Amino acid sequence: MSTTEQAPDKLPHYVSDVAFEPGKQEALTPELEAYYLASARQMMWWRFKRHKLAMFSALLLIIAYLSILIIEVLAPYELHTRNADFIHAPPQMVRIFHDGSLRTPFVYPLKYRLNMDNLKREYTNDTARPQPLRFFCRGDAYRFWGMWEGNVHLVCPPKGGTLYLLGTDRLGRDLFSRILYGARISLTIGLVGIAVSFVLGIVIGGIAGFFGGIVDNLIMRLIEILRSLPELPLWMALSAALPANWSPILIYFGITIILGLLEWPGLARAVRSKLLSLRQEDFAVASKLMGAKPGHIIGRHLIPNFMSHLIASATLAVPAMILGETALSFLGLGLRPPVTSWGVLLAEAQNVEAIALYPWLLFPMVPVVVTTLAFNFMGDGMRDAADPYN
Amino acid sequence: MLRFIIRRLLTMVVTMFVISILVFIIIKLPPGDYLTTYIEELKAQGESVDETRIQFLRERYGLDKPGWQQYIAWITGFVQGDLGWSFEYDKPVADVVGDRLFLTLLLNFATVLFVYLVAFPIGVYSATNQYSWGDHGLTFLGFLGIAIPNFLLALILLYFSNALFGTSIGGLMAPEYIGEPWSWGKVGSVLQHLWVPVLVIGSSGTAGMIRRLRANLLDELQKQYVTTARAKGLHERRVVWRYPLRLALNPFIADIGSLIPQLVSGAVIVSAVMSLPTTGPMLLTALQSQDTYLAGSFLMFLAGLTVIGMFLSDIALAILDPRIRLDS
Repeated sequence: MSTTEQAPDKLPHYVSDVAFEPGKQEALTPELEAYYLASARQMMWWRFKRHKLAMFSALLLIIAYLSILIIEVLAPYELHTRNADFIHAPPQMVRIFHDGSLRTPFVYPLKYRLNMDNLKREYTNDTARPQPLRFFCRGDAYRFWGMWEGNVHLVCPPKGGTLYLLGTDRLGRDLFSRILYGARISLTIGLVGIAVSFVLGIVIGGIAGFFGGIVDNLIMRLIEILRSLPELPLWMALSAALPANWSPILIYFGITIILGLLEWPGLARAVRSKLLSLRQEDFAVASKLMGAKPGHIIGRHLIPNFMSHLIASATLAVPAMILGETALSFLGLGLRPPVTSWGVLLAEAQNVEAIALYPWLLFPMVPVVVTTLAFNFMGDGMRDAADPYN
Repeated sequence: MLRFIIRRLLTMVVTMFVISILVFIIIKLPPGDYLTTYIEELKAQGESVDETRIQFLRERYGLDKPGWQQYIAWITGFVQGDLGWSFEYDKPVADVVGDRLFLTLLLNFATVLFVYLVAFPIGVYSATNQYSWGDHGLTFLGFLGIAIPNFLLALILLYFSNALFGTSIGGLMAPEYIGEPWSWGKVGSVLQHLWVPVLVIGSSGTAGMIRRLRANLLDELQKQYVTTARAKGLHERRVVWRYPLRLALNPFIADIGSLIPQLVSGAVIVSAVMSLPTTGPMLLTALQSQDTYLAGSFLMFLAGLTVIGMFLSDIALAILDPRIRLDS
């Protein structure tokens, strides 16, 4: 402990000559000051921005959700347009080179031939006549949002030609357009469903977590029971119970509510466990001692503390809804045509023969997987950002 | 401990009781019943309806009595082993079901085993080698596993097995064993076919488990006692294994509660796609044709499977985690 026996390689004892001024504060750099003064929300945003994949996913989802507003314009064909001459046509490629020279985007027309040996429809590219695509053009008539008549499209098939970017189905309908239209249903069903379960989760979980005791016990038993039920069979049973004579739009809401009804226990559980740990915290106890009402403590002090966590876990639950709807529709228990979702489209690819002969019918899988991934990445980024002081 | 188990058993019975009510309500939700549909179908086809037979079935299952009486008739029969009557097959449900229940159990058990065996080492590796290439790659694979719904994975596998090898990977045993009594050959055949559906059903569960174990372990590894242990110069392996892993394992075990329903769900739809002789495809047709008692039996069975799984996970957790108070 003595200072005299210092090893020679250590620094000598040093005392600053500058007078000690307790009142003086160290000057902060502007960045550091901004950091210390930033609100929690600001810090979350900074943290979220660091997560490149989450940012990219968020951007992707924003684009997707914005584009479902104007699907009618984006899709080259209308949802129900059939072309009996092109049944199960393979995807057509958009090209820009013809005979080695650059051109405006064009497609080669499809030549159809029935193979008399196996009665298989065979399509070949007629490479002699390139057909240029038309942009911002008049094509299939549609009702924008089911209300306003219109026929302007971003891109149209060439005059007298076809534009099947992802092939056609068994009725000669353009799969690409149908996938775009399907996005409107598939993407919204997740949001509406999560809204239902979000509200249920917060209210029920809040009650259980705050009051504890017998209320908590009862609610937890109920949650346990609901969670121990395998979702899909129950979804199947409930969807099978939807009356067959309901209109497609009623079925849509029915399915959404069914999906939402079984997802809330997870959220309620999260709310409850957070509440249970937070209500022991000093600030909550202090608020209680000062005579605040339960609703005030929950709403004012506890929920803001883990709202970001909740939103993150809700984001992570959206894919489950989208997949649930896809699975139900795929099995033929969910949405029914003419309502078109990705699951409804996939139902066409149900048997091995269809997949083996017309593999492009599996294309609706791609948006399902991409959306699910994007929601997962974004939710992950949000969850990391939700705790900015960590 | 014994008291804890007994109490847990009692809650399990109550749970099953509540579930049975729920299931009964759900299967009775569709307007009308199978017999009405059946009569209408016959009439639509221009066939005559055997009124006495219809009347007999109606009375036997109390279809014109109020709902709660039907429920009591159903549930008392159920606990005594009478699963009800399948209207569609015109046989007792127990005969229709056959060994489907056993095969479902086998399939789900194998999948749970698979998930744990695969997720544990990968999760630990991912957490201890955070942000390494291996971690990134495995995380990405995990995300794919979550994002690709398992029935689509089944479809893709069906396509590739068909396109590349010209064989079908559907089914759970070689064709010659279907409907045959159990023999060693049949057991071997089932085991040979089992791995494809296990892989397909388990993929998303495994991915989820890896992510959760990784997150839990990372949380633990950031705590101060770990820093202390490192500062004291403990060997890295000992640092990880001694406490953080044990703490991170508890949620891993507890997660079986959410894993099993997920696997059972997945098994239902994958079985429908791959035409496995399990409960899935039959449940689907039973629901569609409103074959009430058949669907009800399947739903009860699947729910029972998960309830028992949760019971086991609770007991495992109570043994593993001394912080859980058994009598509160």
